[in-house]
Amino acid sequence: MTSTDSAAPAAAGKTHGNEFLYFASRNTKLVIGTVVFVLFLLAAIFGPMLAAYQPMTFDAPPGLPPSAEHWFGTTLFGQDVFSQFVHGLRSSFIVGALGGITAAAIGMFVGFFAGYRGGLVDEVLNMLTNVVLVIPTFAVLLVVAAYLSVRGLGTEALFIGLTSWPWAARAIRAQTFSLTSRDFVDMARLNGEGTFRIIFGQIAPNMSSYLVMTFILLFGGAILTAAMLDFIGLGPTDGISLGLMMNYSVMNAALQLGMWWWFVPPGLAITGIVGSLYVMNVGLDEVFNPKLRAL
Amino acid sequence: MLRYLARKLFIYLLTFIVAVTIDWAIPRFMPGNPVDALVSRIAMMPDANAALTSYFMAAFNLDQPLWQQYFNFWKALFNGDLGRSIMLFPTPVTTLIGRALPYTLGLLLPSILLSWYVGNMVGALAARRKILDNTVLPLGYLLTATPYMWLGILLAWLLGSVLGWFPLAFGYDQALKAEWTWRFFGSLVFHWVLPFASLFLVALGGWAIGMRNMIIYELESDYANYLQALGAPARLVRKYAFRNAMLPQITGLALQLGAVVGGALATEIVFSYPGLGWLVLSGIQNQDYFVIQGVFLFIIVGVLLANLIVDIVYVVVDPRTRVGLQGDAA
Amino acid sequence: MLAVSDLRIHYRTLSGSVKALDGVSFSVADGEIMGLAGESGCGKSTLGKALIRLEERMQYVGGEVSLDGAALPIADDRAMVPHRFRKISIVPQYAMSALNPTRRIGRMIDELLDSRGIRGATLRPELERRLAILGLAPDVLGMYPIELSGGMKQRVVMVLSTLLDPSLLIADEVTSALDVASQKKVAGALVEFRDRGFVKSMIVVTHDLAILAQIADSILIMYAGKLAEKAPTRTIIEAPAHPYTRLLLGSLPEVGIRFEERRLPGIKGRPPSLLAPPQGCRFRDRCPLAFDKCAVEPPFVEIAPGHQVACWKADAHAEG
Ligand SMILES: Nc1ncnc2c1ncn2[C@@H]1O[C@H](COP(=O)(O)OP(=O)(O)OP(=O)(O)O)[C@@H](O)[C@H]1O
Ligand code: SF4
Ligand SMILES: [Mg+2]
Repeated sequence: MTSTDSAAPAAAGKTHGNEFLYFASRNTKLVIGTVVFVLFLLAAIFGPMLAAYQPMTFDAPPGLPPSAEHWFGTTLFGQDVFSQFVHGLRSSFIVGALGGITAAAIGMFVGFFAGYRGGLVDEVLNMLTNVVLVIPTFAVLLVVAAYLSVRGLGTEALFIGLTSWPWAARAIRAQTFSLTSRDFVDMARLNGEGTFRIIFGQIAPNMSSYLVMTFILLFGGAILTAAMLDFIGLGPTDGISLGLMMNYSVMNAALQLGMWWWFVPPGLAITGIVGSLYVMNVGLDEVFNPKLRAL
Repeated sequence: MLRYLARKLFIYLLTFIVAVTIDWAIPRFMPGNPVDALVSRIAMMPDANAALTSYFMAAFNLDQPLWQQYFNFWKALFNGDLGRSIMLFPTPVTTLIGRALPYTLGLLLPSILLSWYVGNMVGALAARRKILDNTVLPLGYLLTATPYMWLGILLAWLLGSVLGWFPLAFGYDQALKAEWTWRFFGSLVFHWVLPFASLFLVALGGWAIGMRNMIIYELESDYANYLQALGAPARLVRKYAFRNAMLPQITGLALQLGAVVGGALATEIVFSYPGLGWLVLSGIQNQDYFVIQGVFLFIIVGVLLANLIVDIVYVVVDPRTRVGLQGDAA
Repeated sequence: MLAVSDLRIHYRTLSGSVKALDGVSFSVADGEIMGLAGESGCGKSTLGKALIRLEERMQYVGGEVSLDGAALPIADDRAMVPHRFRKISIVPQYAMSALNPTRRIGRMIDELLDSRGIRGATLRPELERRLAILGLAPDVLGMYPIELSGGMKQRVVMVLSTLLDPSLLIADEVTSALDVASQKKVAGALVEFRDRGFVKSMIVVTHDLAILAQIADSILIMYAGKLAEKAPTRTIIEAPAHPYTRLLLGSLPEVGIRFEERRLPGIKGRPPSLLAPPQGCRFRDRCPLAFDKCAVEPPFVEIAPGHQVACWKADAHAEG
């Protein structure tokens, strides 16, 4: 109690942005989540430059455990696991970002319009949301991916985005609904501003924190889904990914041979990235929502 | 109440129609027109005549107008005809699914129901005790962030490969004949443990977190505050909070089904477990598209049915849907 | 008889303590209906809640409370339990959502009574009688809250809260969310409950001074966590001594319309932050009469029998 007491005057006078930083930097969950996430992100950006080997070439002795030469060992076929790992990390981030953006864009579009317009628009969009919500989207991705003979990261991300937006749309719709009845929206409407301007000028900024958190969850979800698709063998047909690494290791008896360095890093990275996103989200919630800023 | 169910039923029906349409349209309109290749490939196989009389094959017959193909597709569906497998020609796809289904259901049902039940209990306990909360919460987030198959891989490696406690692969000991003996049954259970455990654990984390958050939300709600202001003991308040927190968890169960099914498919692949996931994988590897499509339809129907069951349960436990004024937001 | 002296309650937040009640002293006599008014956020609900149950974030900092001559251990959650409901009770500001949405009302009441060691069945006739007084059929006990209108829920909560004939009832904004006709009914019901002896005395929290003018015996005006003025209703309405009270009255719109929703037209500015309230009189920034001495905090003193004010200029006004 004493520490927050003495900290209070410092916070009281600051502007809005600073206040956010102030509370953000004091939220352990947010700090830990961000640090872990950034570490993986850095590995994804700079790792491929550091890697001494190509991810898919067979130029090392097979089945080596980790060593100074091959940091994460080599695969049964003599590929460098570290190189595969950092390239796979990169794909994961790309899929997460693209898939997350696609889903967020659709979710926002549907949520904003359904919530703001109400009536028939709401009814139709709501129906659409519910249909996509109950469809086991993973199964849809399965057939779609199976029939695509050439698949890139972009297509994978696009399809993941196209199927993962419903819960976001629903949440945004509810938020929009409650904001629509506020004064400033009424004012804008009286001023004759168009739907788009009201939505993106008035409503969206007022729930920006909420949108950020929604995007974070979509990002994490896309990474998980992509890993699963890749593992089943429906990932990108060119290049490497974390899910594909797990697929190769399982299909090639890494379990039986005890080649843990082949399958532990990719799964650990996915768990780390997605976990850090979830924890970040909880932290952000506490920072944005003054009610949760307990004690 | 009837309106609530009718509305849900309408959505499921619509979803079903959409799903079937997707299932029909995807191979039809994919670049490269894979159906052409498929139909001609089958036509060249032995016993092809029998196969080509199938409604399902007719549904992909390019000579006919599109609407006729679409109509045939539905007709085939209602006849329980999902075409024939290529890799095991001429076995009907339904037969393959029928063989795989018990394994998948045997994994899914116990893991979904148990993880839901145990997760709710753990979450409710965590909401009560700070110490427990501090361990359950991080662990829960870690588990939900874990890809299903990776946990499976880890369990298989540690408990199967390193310690040798459990078998690494298959649905039962391949040396045994599939017959109803105790030995066979024991082998089934033995092979079932690890895939079940990985599905169970990943799902458990999500339920525990959800329940914990819902209970805390309920404990801060107005009715809880009012009861406490009137001196109601924590026992009563917690009883109400728990009950009310269960309701969104029930809805969540329905929404989570699709994801868990996906997880089950991936887990089966890790353990070469002869369920639908394994079937899909062989389908993909052999470009046996009808198998993939059949499994897809099966999953859709299963998930929709499960959703309906959850809805009926929900109507029974949430009085608000019964008085008909307002139900769950869906 | 309720006596509160120098009560201090803070909210613990990450940005520090919100001093929502900062040294509050007053008393409510048996049979008295005391109105409690002031702008939004001045600490009215905090006062009401502090007397019955401190919420998680509320921190008891100091002060004494006694009810009917016995000390109320408000800082001790356990020790307060026997007093709650039986001696002191509340109709919360959120009465519309105060009932468990998934229990039939009658069953919820029975379970609550049961948990307090009272057989619900023995009180059932009395419960139904009191519901009838407020125009509610006994059927409502078989319904879920969602089947009732807002006004009906409000009345159910009123009946439930007073079922054990408490000595003190805190009614927080019981009329706010209602239409004018229902407001009159509920206000009348409060008086009737007092007259019938269901409750001995009451604190009626509201934004609506017009309602208070009709039902309250005395009115207490709060400003920014402190008391501004307390006097018999007539005095407050006809000869208010505190500049804030006068502005509140002056800015009062037509009967039944709360001033919470519109900015007070007569009073410029906003109340100060309760995180770090200013020195001296808290109304100083907005007070048209402020002068040098107001940099020192004015004491809450009696300027006439039953009339207390915290303002350096109060004497002058009461006379003039
Ligand atoms: N849970 C809380 N955490 C932190 N501060 C709070 C909390 N509840 C209330 N406060 C602050 O305490 C002060 C008094 O609040 P209180 O609810 O008592 O006001 P009020 O007079 O009842 O207002 P209203 O007329 O809006 O009901 C306000 O400044 C408010 O911001
Ligand atoms: S003490 Fe001074 S500032 Fe405060 S109300 Fe009285 S005159 Fe105004
Ligand atoms: Mg209040």
